[in-house]
Amino acid sequence: MSNIDVVITGMGATTPLGGDVASTWDGLLTARSGIRRLEADWVEELGLPVQIGATLAVEPTEILPRVQARRLDRCEQVALIAARQAWSDAGFAEQTDEHTDVEPERLGVSLGTGVGGPVTLLSQNELLHQQGLRKVSPLTVPMLMPNGPAAHVSIDLKARAGVHSPASACASGAEGIANGFEMIRSGRADVVVAGGTEACIHPITLGGFAQARTVSTRNDDPAAASRPFDVSRDGFVLGEGSGVVVLERADRAKARGARIYAKLAGYGITSDAYHITGNHPDGIGQIAAMRAAMTMAELSPSDIGHVNAHATSTVVGDIGEAAAIRTAIGDHPVVTAPKGALGHLVGGAGAVEGIATVLSLHEGVVPATLNLTDLDPKVQLDVVSGENRKVELTAAISNSFGFGGHNTALLFVPAS
Amino acid sequence: MADNAEILAGLAEIVEEVAGVAQDDVTAEKSFVDDLDIDSLSMVEIAVQAEDKFGVKIPDDELANLKTVGDAVNYVSANAK
Repeated sequence: MSNIDVVITGMGATTPLGGDVASTWDGLLTARSGIRRLEADWVEELGLPVQIGATLAVEPTEILPRVQARRLDRCEQVALIAARQAWSDAGFAEQTDEHTDVEPERLGVSLGTGVGGPVTLLSQNELLHQQGLRKVSPLTVPMLMPNGPAAHVSIDLKARAGVHSPASACASGAEGIANGFEMIRSGRADVVVAGGTEACIHPITLGGFAQARTVSTRNDDPAAASRPFDVSRDGFVLGEGSGVVVLERADRAKARGARIYAKLAGYGITSDAYHITGNHPDGIGQIAAMRAAMTMAELSPSDIGHVNAHATSTVVGDIGEAAAIRTAIGDHPVVTAPKGALGHLVGGAGAVEGIATVLSLHEGVVPATLNLTDLDPKVQLDVVSGENRKVELTAAISNSFGFGGHNTALLFVPAS
Repeated sequence: MADNAEILAGLAEIVEEVAGVAQDDVTAEKSFVDDLDIDSLSMVEIAVQAEDKFGVKIPDDELANLKTVGDAVNYVSANAK
């Protein structure tokens, strides 16, 4: 194992709570909900059982130039916006042919997505059948391919050390960060722009999740629909958005006097090899991921003061994770579940929640879990509800788990 | 039938819509690729919109010959119904 330390020097996000990290964090701290009733013709026409979603607070077309926006799928738009924010937040200037703050050959991208651009695929398919081939956009393939978001970020930032786009469902964003860490540790890059993105709110994704009985149908009260760890939870709420961090070699960051939010001290990635949607009943993969992260960071369970849970607000999933946290770490960590406010950003979730975890370390406060009013007695954890919790932390874990049995735990410690 | 000035103006509208080039910059002597920085994907979109707007057919082998805005204007002028 290499001894290269990796720190976070920049963060960007656009989410249902706000168009940047500050407004998203403020939303978590002030108990705002990003979940709304969906306003589209098909909501009524199709009569789907789910009519709510966590849509973006700021439309990406308000941020990006019109011509650039029309060449990008929505999941690519939000990834580019978050990446540019993170880049600027790290203190870097725009990369041009004449000037680069990071040598392109030492700059990588690792940015995952759950499903890429299915909305482009479906809309272009409709054009093909209704108006013929000549109306199909020549940009169809680059807009639907799941490596598109990462590739566009690499072009924008002139990153030539390699581009990766992990597809591990709801763990994609966390896996993006873990893989970025690995790119630096292995010596392939000095700086990696890493995270995840998703924008797939569409009748077929909602319909598919509804048929799998995994989404909340609390249509009459959208703001209360996502309630992780609460006894009355009835499923997750599909959201959209992106989170991106700048990972940097610690010695490089210190040498340039960068602001360091936190150190990424370790990660664990495991797989359940059990069921395509359900987590292992004994939580073996989740437990192993958290333990692997602690082993890599050379920390013990007693060091972990905070867990930012994956907890999506499904009946089975939340209980499984709670048991896994108790086994891997214990019942002492202060736990929060940001999906109560954010909804489930799928491929963006792990990255946005990783950012929230970093901010909890950095600011010394853990946001309350929105809508947690009646803790499920099976949880048996210190889940923050009602009031935010002020706490000095020495280490925190962010969990992300995905359909397919993907488990990723990211472990952050304060900047030394 | 539209005269060349009208075709140029119509083409400039399309180029602005697809590629974001200001209409005033779309002049006859400009090369789509070298001067206006338009890529092959955008050229396909521009051709399809020009076909609709001017009632012409622009087959791929003809499109390849339309290097400048002026080439496109002349092609439309000669082939429009």
